[in-house]
Amino acid sequence: MPTIPNKHGRFGQFGGMYVPEILMPAIHELEQAYRAAKQSRAFQQELRDCLKHFVGRPTALFFAERLTKTLGGAKIYLKREDLCHTGAHKINNTVGQALLTRRMKKKRVIAETGAGQHGVAVATVAAKFGLEAEIYMGTEDMERQALNVFRMRLLGSKVTGVDAGSRTLKDAISEAMRDWTTNVSTTHYLLGSVLGTHPYPMMIRDFQSVIGRETRKQILALEGRLPHCLVACVGGGSNSIGLFYPFVKDTKVQMIGVEAGGHGIQSGKHAARFAGGKPGVLHGTMTYLLQDQDGQVNPTHSVSAGLDYPAVGPEHSYYHEAGRIRYTSATDAEALTAFDLLAREEGIIPALESAHAVAEVIKLAPTMKKSQIIIMNLSGRGDKDVQQLAKMRGIPL
Amino acid sequence: MAHVSPCLKGHARGRDPASVKSSDMSNRIQATFSQLQKKGEKALIPYIMAGDPTLAMTEALVLALEQGGADLIELGVPFSDPIADGPVIQQAAERALHSGTTLKKILATVANLRNKTSIPLILMTYYNSLMAMGIKDFCTNAVQAGIDGIIVPDLPPEESTLLYQTAQAAGGPVSIFLLAPTSTAERRRAVIQRSQGFIYYVSLTGITGAKLSDLSQVRQSVQQLQRTSRKPVAVGFGIASAEQAREVGQFADGVIIGSALVRHIAEHHAASTFLTDIQGLAQQWKSVLLPVTPTPSSTQPQKT
Repeated sequence: MPTIPNKHGRFGQFGGMYVPEILMPAIHELEQAYRAAKQSRAFQQELRDCLKHFVGRPTALFFAERLTKTLGGAKIYLKREDLCHTGAHKINNTVGQALLTRRMKKKRVIAETGAGQHGVAVATVAAKFGLEAEIYMGTEDMERQALNVFRMRLLGSKVTGVDAGSRTLKDAISEAMRDWTTNVSTTHYLLGSVLGTHPYPMMIRDFQSVIGRETRKQILALEGRLPHCLVACVGGGSNSIGLFYPFVKDTKVQMIGVEAGGHGIQSGKHAARFAGGKPGVLHGTMTYLLQDQDGQVNPTHSVSAGLDYPAVGPEHSYYHEAGRIRYTSATDAEALTAFDLLAREEGIIPALESAHAVAEVIKLAPTMKKSQIIIMNLSGRGDKDVQQLAKMRGIPL
Repeated sequence: MAHVSPCLKGHARGRDPASVKSSDMSNRIQATFSQLQKKGEKALIPYIMAGDPTLAMTEALVLALEQGGADLIELGVPFSDPIADGPVIQQAAERALHSGTTLKKILATVANLRNKTSIPLILMTYYNSLMAMGIKDFCTNAVQAGIDGIIVPDLPPEESTLLYQTAQAAGGPVSIFLLAPTSTAERRRAVIQRSQGFIYYVSLTGITGAKLSDLSQVRQSVQQLQRTSRKPVAVGFGIASAEQAREVGQFADGVIIGSALVRHIAEHHAASTFLTDIQGLAQQWKSVLLPVTPTPSSTQPQKT
């Protein structure tokens, strides 16, 4: 496979820079700053130190023994991104971009958040590096994730509700882009997933690839061989690309991305872009997009706020068309069953997002031989979701 | 970047009907600007959201604005996620979508309007609406309907080659690009080269309908553009009053009024005098873009 993206930010036909002219100079500045940082030994050293001492890396690669026995097939390993500081993989990227913000001498960061995990990760690095932070969040998501809203505020960030459109992640991104357009000279947009205009999909993939690099070393040390299959949930697609990317050239390693099936693909209430979408342009990038025949972006549904987004990272669209990664989906109900199973079998409460990946492992493992290995990215912990679950189950807290 | 035809004036009148039509259309925007220049006037370019509140009203609005003195008209194509727009235009897009507006129906409305007016019409649309129709189909349909120009706020010159070349092959519509206060010299050159019809100068670093404060900066930038390019420069984003329009008209070749007009439409479209009021508004805006005559009058601007 060729090196992607190319210098125009293209992953095949996907990606690119579909943004207002006002932002173009800032985007070029960001790209240059990032390329310089990538080459800078001092930057890389600082990033490594930060990931080690502040984030707590490397995270464990954990053999899920009871789950493996219960499912009766392939050996299941979990990459424990839930053990990162702040409880999800999101911080790998926010640490990198915060260091970059400092290099660019900007004092303010803005961000969008869906489940609130990225928002908390931004608020955390903003506090650590002394940056001013404003985080945009759909008001529907603010209700679903009230705990994370409070956490962001505790960390000293400003959380601004977005009441437009579907009041979820996509509207929060639109609003953050409008803020960036207005305050571009002083502000860095600290985007949280492999979405948006070039160079974000490339840069965030690089920051998240630490997941896959560690996993590769760990599995070789533990098993002396590569896994047969990697599984991760795909919202924007940063935890999945982070795990997958360092294995892309290992053509024998299968990769499965799990999208949010919501109430089922037939119902139309889901966020499965590869099942129901077609190429389009949203928020600066060309990629698979859930849209109607006139190109209006469709509302999405998922029990998990972090997967509830109508577009997917452009690099995923590329691997989908190239046939390198297979994309499937798990419904809300399947994810909830998987959530319970992991909690009770392994003593790990997963994020609802990650529970979608668990749901795929439940389907997949029994079809595989006991000698085969699955590695699943457990992208985040489920503490943020317990309130929502209690509410859904009618349990007063 | 693709080769750019340096100017459209040299375009010979074609022999077959299709190319006559297309060369006429490519020139309609330019012809309007050169006529205005001869008269010493500046172009009034109102922006309305097509389909807000209905497409029937859009048709009536175009005619009323023209009656009042509009020289070119921008028609917004509603999109669900308009990242370059402030709340006023976002809400207008929501209303338009709610009334069932689609790009297809907007083109049908324009085709209908072409029996009544030849005022240059420019579509302002996000790129996804064009992709959904198909870039080639869009260009063909737009030419047939009588659209003269197109502005795509999320399509910088870097990404515009496909649309640009397809439009050239279809004989229109012409592409108008935006320049912003943040644009570097290199980007200014690219936009000057590629923009057809006119150059859209964004007066502020922000979204549509934001508050415009520093006009001296805008003046400087526009004058700098005019020194390097002979293409007309129209200024938009944040021009909300006749007084601001007058000031901008002193240096720019055209003044774009969007959010202020869209807000007026939202608030008053149910009034019985609505269309005459709109005509009056256009008249008021146009009056400050006419050459300053020596005839003394109470409404005359104090100073040039």
